[in-house]
Amino acid sequence: MIRVVLPAHLRALARVHGEVSLDVVGPVTQRAVLDALEARHPVLRGTIRDHVTQRRRNFVRFFACAEDLSHESPDTPLPEAVATGAEPFLVIGAMAGG
Amino acid sequence: MSGVRVLVGTRKGAFVLTADGTRRDWEVSGPHFPGWEIYHVKGSPADPDRLFASQSGGWFGQVIQRSDDGGTTWEPVGNEFRYEGDPGTHQHYDGTPRPWEFTRVWHLEPSPTDPDTVYAGVEDAGLFRSGDGGQTWQELPGLREQKGAAWQPGAGGMCLHTILLHPADPGRIIVAISAAGVFRTDDAGKTWRPVNRGLHSEGIPDAGAEVGHCVHNLTMHPSRPDTIFMQKHWDVMRSDDGAESWREISGNLPTDFGFPIGVHAHEPETIYVVPITSDYLHVPMDAKLRVYRSRTGGGEWEPLTAGLPQEHCYVNVLRDAMAVDALDECGVYFGTTGGQVYASADSGDTWAPIVRDLPAVLSVEVQTLP
Repeated sequence: MIRVVLPAHLRALARVHGEVSLDVVGPVTQRAVLDALEARHPVLRGTIRDHVTQRRRNFVRFFACAEDLSHESPDTPLPEAVATGAEPFLVIGAMAGG
Repeated sequence: MSGVRVLVGTRKGAFVLTADGTRRDWEVSGPHFPGWEIYHVKGSPADPDRLFASQSGGWFGQVIQRSDDGGTTWEPVGNEFRYEGDPGTHQHYDGTPRPWEFTRVWHLEPSPTDPDTVYAGVEDAGLFRSGDGGQTWQELPGLREQKGAAWQPGAGGMCLHTILLHPADPGRIIVAISAAGVFRTDDAGKTWRPVNRGLHSEGIPDAGAEVGHCVHNLTMHPSRPDTIFMQKHWDVMRSDDGAESWREISGNLPTDFGFPIGVHAHEPETIYVVPITSDYLHVPMDAKLRVYRSRTGGGEWEPLTAGLPQEHCYVNVLRDAMAVDALDECGVYFGTTGGQVYASADSGDTWAPIVRDLPAVLSVEVQTLP
């Protein structure tokens, strides 16, 4: 079970409280996790990744295990601790603006 | 007794202000979608309980919300605005070509007859249509074929901010883009042409160019769809031939720079503007907030000041932040970048704030309820 923590705006949009738990089939990558997240909550499509390019939006970051994974390839396996559910995958709204 | 519902979009959420026909006591609900920029909220003329809201932000992009109960509850609908084909490039601020890229929806214009049909004006400039209540959106790409490669953004971005739907002819749509100008279709969006004859803009190399004018806002009285009023970057203009040609009606305005323009619900020759000092000083002239009204279709203007701050006022009124109701005595409303929403229940003679301390107001629309 993959644990995903969303920022407050996206929790409100998806109407979830706390972490989102997801089953991911196959290798646990950014793409696989986000695909599963968007399948569970279609309203999040376009808010984390661009609809067309599937690139991460500029002011969104992905953290896990005290590492910034934002610039990793979306197909790079996530840390084992994320794959096992020991650590959450964090979707972060970057510190910018007010 | 009939009433009004004022739909306010702000930098940090949407607010719904309601009152009965006296327009004295107001109920304020919101913020809806707190923390998000709400560029526009507008109700369907065909079903006043159906509202559409453009919710966006720098972090998480665009969301479209729909309410089917007059703004009490909302559901997100479709947010995929995909340009048709390869949209190519437009000019960037420095004159270099820049690929067309969707940023946000500036304006939502519901059909006057079908509650499921709504148009969206977006940045980078394009016009989209939904026929399923906002679930899916399709671009009308013929618009960008009108020298789109030569369009360039105004300071606020290259936005399609005004959509006028002809009340009787579903084929005719008139849109305005900053900073490209006015465009018209007579076949429901298949083909378009620029309609900027008579506009004169000293800030562009060819002051009378076919495209490139920074039009700020258009309005039209539904009983006279061929008469269109315009607030341009500088100049207040009117057309009496469906935007084919324009003439200046700035007349005795103290400054003809500004953003919104409105028309009285029952007097097609009564129009309203909010003059702003200049293009480099977006505050009211002499720090006095004055709405100017013309009862002659332009040319002759009178300041309306009763109830509006007449000293130390440095707010702006943005292009979509003025609207009117259709009660017997026409109400006029506008919102400011200082968070006030002012209302007049007597065609502009006197004003009072409904709310004073909202986030900066981006848009104001009004529904007249049975």
